[in-house]
Amino acid sequence: MIALPPYAATLGARLERDEAGAPLLVLPFGEPVLGRPGFLHGGAIAGLLEVAAIAALAHVLEADGGGRIKPINVTVDYQRGGRDRVTYAAGVVTRLGNRIANVEATAWQDDRAKPIAAARLNYLIER
Amino acid sequence: MKRRMPGFDPERFFDLIKGGHTGQLAIGFHAQGPGWIDLILPYDAKLVGDAATGILASGPIVALMDMATSSAVWIRRGRFAPHVTLDLRVDYLRPATPERAVIGRGECYRLSRSVAFVRGVAYHDAPNDPIAHVAGTFMLMDAPAKDVPLQDQRT
Repeated sequence: MIALPPYAATLGARLERDEAGAPLLVLPFGEPVLGRPGFLHGGAIAGLLEVAAIAALAHVLEADGGGRIKPINVTVDYQRGGRDRVTYAAGVVTRLGNRIANVEATAWQDDRAKPIAAARLNYLIER
Repeated sequence: MKRRMPGFDPERFFDLIKGGHTGQLAIGFHAQGPGWIDLILPYDAKLVGDAATGILASGPIVALMDMATSSAVWIRRGRFAPHVTLDLRVDYLRPATPERAVIGRGECYRLSRSVAFVRGVAYHDAPNDPIAHVAGTFMLMDAPAKDVPLQDQRT
C-alpha cells in the first residue's frame, strides 16, 4: 500500500484506485489550492501531478522489487484553467528501467479526455 | 531610504496575500535587485515529501518558482496583470536541506507581445549553488505587453 506524503494532505488530496486498481489522486477544490479567484493555483496543479506520478511509479515498483524514488525533473504543460470543482490526477509509467523511470501524469476535472494539465517526469531509482 | 516608484510592489503584494495556495505555503517577499526578485518559502513539516528524510516535496518548490517568475514578469511589466502558465520545467539538482527555508529567484529574460519567457533558481545560500533550476513561459492575458526598460524597473 502506498502512503502519501504530508504535502499531499496539505493540498487536501486523497488516494483512491481506478477500475484497474491503479492509483488515482482526488483533489477537492478549496482555499489551500486556490490561485486567482475561482481557479486552481498552477503550483498546486504541478504538485498534484507530481504526487500522482510518484504514486503510479511506486505502484509499478512494488511489483518489481521496490526501490527509492528520486526526482530528476518535471515539465508541466498547462492546458486549461482549473475551475472550482474536484480535480483528478493519474500517472502512467511509460518506461521502467533499472535506474531511470519515465512517467507521464495528467490532471482533469469533468472529462478525462480534456486534461487541465499534463506533465512528463523523469525519476532516478535506487534499488 | 527606499525609492518609491510606480509599478508593481512585490513587498506589498506578498504582505497582502494571506489566503489561497500562496498563503498556505507562507510564500513571502525576500529581496529584489535589477532584473530579479527573490521570494522565500519557509520550511514546514507539512510540506514534506518524504517523511523518512524530512525533505520538502517538489510541489511547493514548483509553486515558489511559479510565483517568483510570475513576480519577475509583473515587475518587468510595471504592474500586476493576469497571465497563465503555458509550461514550466523544473530540474531538481539536489534535495533541499531539511529545516531550512528555500529562496526562489525569478527572472523575466524576454517579454514579447503575448508571451513572457522566464527562468529561475531555487537555493538556500547562493543562487550559484542551486537546489533546482526552472524555465517557463507565460501567456499574457490582456493587451499586448509594454516593456519597461531595466533602468526604470522598481528596485
